[in-house]
Amino acid sequence: MRRLLNVRPRGGLSVLLGLVPLLAVALVYLMASQARHAENPRDKLLPTPTAMVEAVQMMARVDPLTGDAPLVVDTVASLRRIGTALGISTALALVLGLSLGLLPLLRAKFGPLVAAIAVVPPIAILPILFIVFGLGETAKIALIVIGITPVMVRDLAAQVGAIPEEQLVKAQTLGASTWQLALRVALPQAMPRLIDSLRLSLCPAWVYLISAEAIAADVGLGYRIFLVRRYLSMDIILPYVVWISILAVAMDVALKLVSRRFYPWAHPARGR
Amino acid sequence: MDLLTFRNVWVEYGDKVVLENVDLSIKQGSFVSIVGPSGAGKSTFLRLALGQEAPTKGAIDLDGRKLRAEPGPDRGVVFQKYSVFPHLSARDNVVFGLDCAGSMFRGRLSGARRRAALEQADAMLAAVGLGDSGDVYPAQLSGGMQQRLAIAQALIKKPRILLLDEPFGALDPGVRLDMHELITGLWREHGLTIMMVTHDIKEAFKLGTRVLAFDKRRRDPQAPHRYGSTAVYDFPLDKPGAVGPEALAGLGD
Repeated sequence: MRRLLNVRPRGGLSVLLGLVPLLAVALVYLMASQARHAENPRDKLLPTPTAMVEAVQMMARVDPLTGDAPLVVDTVASLRRIGTALGISTALALVLGLSLGLLPLLRAKFGPLVAAIAVVPPIAILPILFIVFGLGETAKIALIVIGITPVMVRDLAAQVGAIPEEQLVKAQTLGASTWQLALRVALPQAMPRLIDSLRLSLCPAWVYLISAEAIAADVGLGYRIFLVRRYLSMDIILPYVVWISILAVAMDVALKLVSRRFYPWAHPARGR
Repeated sequence: MDLLTFRNVWVEYGDKVVLENVDLSIKQGSFVSIVGPSGAGKSTFLRLALGQEAPTKGAIDLDGRKLRAEPGPDRGVVFQKYSVFPHLSARDNVVFGLDCAGSMFRGRLSGARRRAALEQADAMLAAVGLGDSGDVYPAQLSGGMQQRLAIAQALIKKPRILLLDEPFGALDPGVRLDMHELITGLWREHGLTIMMVTHDIKEAFKLGTRVLAFDKRRRDPQAPHRYGSTAVYDFPLDKPGAVGPEALAGLGD
């Protein structure tokens, strides 16, 4: 009998294994929905697939009052917010992480500050952000940036700090200045890790986005979910949640592909 | 001519003395092997030459000028591991030194100068037997080939002195013999000056024109850390009547 950890699914089997739990969840939902509707045809808690499709069609249709389709404007608004925030965070993490990881002088000066900021729960300072930046876009983007940047900075600084001393010495014996070393040795080696760190930050970033939109917004995926909650519109909420998940997964996969495409050396072929 | 001179050099960490009274000079064109038991300060000695560490007392001169306590392009180095950049192809690893010298801001040459540098790099890769491996990443190279690459990378800067820190320590015996041939050949051809730290006494005598053996001259049983190591033996091998590895049979036990 082989040990469990040595049993490896291959090819089609592994796809099938991945699909089974998803199908099982869908099936359980359908059965539960069926059962509730048999008892009460007007049940709102577990809407039927038909009801959800209709709701999505309604949300995707242009509303004559506003001239926009809610689903489209919500998606655009949310993606713009999260995209801007992720861009700012990545740039900050890159600059700060590289300098903290590479320069002992800066690490001594700013390391404790970054560590202190990293432990502040971002939602707790949301009121401060609303007071300082008002209820507009800036506060929402700032929340996401404040929420994910410290972790990314610390992760990247640790990664850069772990570049073997030998490599740094070697680069110096090849005539590299601090700038050249940062640009050509530390930066490229930090990039795959930065992308990984960004992928891991997607989840908290969405959490902060939805929270900010739930509290103060007039458009956005999170805003819509919390708006229709008042009418118990599960037929809108559930597709929106699925849509958010699809967006998040798409971003994750895109980042993974970028990393594999541009940093092939960081992805050696693996046995397992 | 003396290339590198250690004048009465001491290295101390707090009250722990690592090296004491190291006083010797290294001639241009020599191949100096450095042996000694673990913890005898061989690597510290090399780090001094590299500039990775500064002496607590005493002075080090390179070409008659005080050595800056910072690694620089006049001293090449090959470590046992991590000597090459994993994110650059073999060719880019070798060109790196030329890139840095030729392009202050971008750290990367372009156009005709880049092409000229690449040609130079390819010639250097061929000289270490990696002519066909220019496009592969270090992770795809064997341990011996990675060390060849690290040597090519260092030599392209034409360093005044090449420092080797147990460069062949992690290699198979057969590969090690090939590397001995390679480094001896490069040393003769390019008129290099080499300092090599090794654990292998036979290797030290086989390759070197001079063997320095580091160990403690005195021991204090109550406070062993208060006495440092120094070059207890200094064998020139390029004169008639030179000794062999058996001269160091009792070292370090």
